Amino acid sequence: MITVYHYMGVAGILFAMGTYGVLTRRNAIVIFMCIELMLNSVNLTFISLSTHLQNMDGQIFVFFIMAVAAAEAAVGLALMITFYRNRESIDVDDMNMLKW
Amino acid sequence: MEIIFFYLVAFVVVVSGFLVILCKSPINSALGLVNTFFCLAIFYVMLHAPFMAAIQIMVYAGAIMVLILFVIMLLNLGTAARKRYTQGIVWSAIASLMVLVNVVFFLKRGRVTGAEGDVTAFMVESVGHTELIGRTMFTEFILPFEIASILLLVAIVGAVVLAKKEV
Repeated sequence: MITVYHYMGVAGILFAMGTYGVLTRRNAIVIFMCIELMLNSVNLTFISLSTHLQNMDGQIFVFFIMAVAAAEAAVGLALMITFYRNRESIDVDDMNMLKW
Repeated sequence: MEIIFFYLVAFVVVVSGFLVILCKSPINSALGLVNTFFCLAIFYVMLHAPFMAAIQIMVYAGAIMVLILFVIMLLNLGTAARKRYTQGIVWSAIASLMVLVNVVFFLKRGRVTGAEGDVTAFMVESVGHTELIGRTMFTEFILPFEIASILLLVAIVGAVVLAKKEV
């Protein structure tokens, strides 16, 4: 019998892995993908709780998270292209132009 | 039977998540991420949410991943992106392990309860998941829906303005 705890455990593992990736990687695109991984783990939590509590609202939330993630992908990747044009790199260690 | 399938898919999810965070080449990470999205879509089907599985594959595995792969190939990341950094790995591992321990601790101790609604699995099968989503979204959540459309419009304009050579 699969309970809601199984799904939330998987979501927790995915979220922890996404955290590790965001903290260790230096390539901005890979960091972006790790953030997508974390967003997806939250989506899994929402949908498993929505099914468990027999309520539709969690799935509507997931719908809006997907819309925001699509907008974020478009703007974030445009930012990376602009940065690459200026500095010839997307290493986050090179992103220090605002540093005092 | 179902639990064996669940553990199989969960194993694939975890392995492809490790591919995302450990592969040196961004392309391999992107392919691992696509695999993760597909496995999550399988989870959504198992959770009686087929519409969510469909838009997971269409929006995430389709649109967003194509965008990411386009940018990876456009930027042509050579050797510069493959430098190995080792500082901070221990602290990052500790931080992410703490997140995991938190989740496991609260799942072990707590019980998931709440006010139960009326959308049972039987109702989803008889009425249809898409219709239920549509009914909720276009009555209760109509204002957030409109705001999301404005957000997407702003994102389109912002992406065009940012990526243009000269404005």
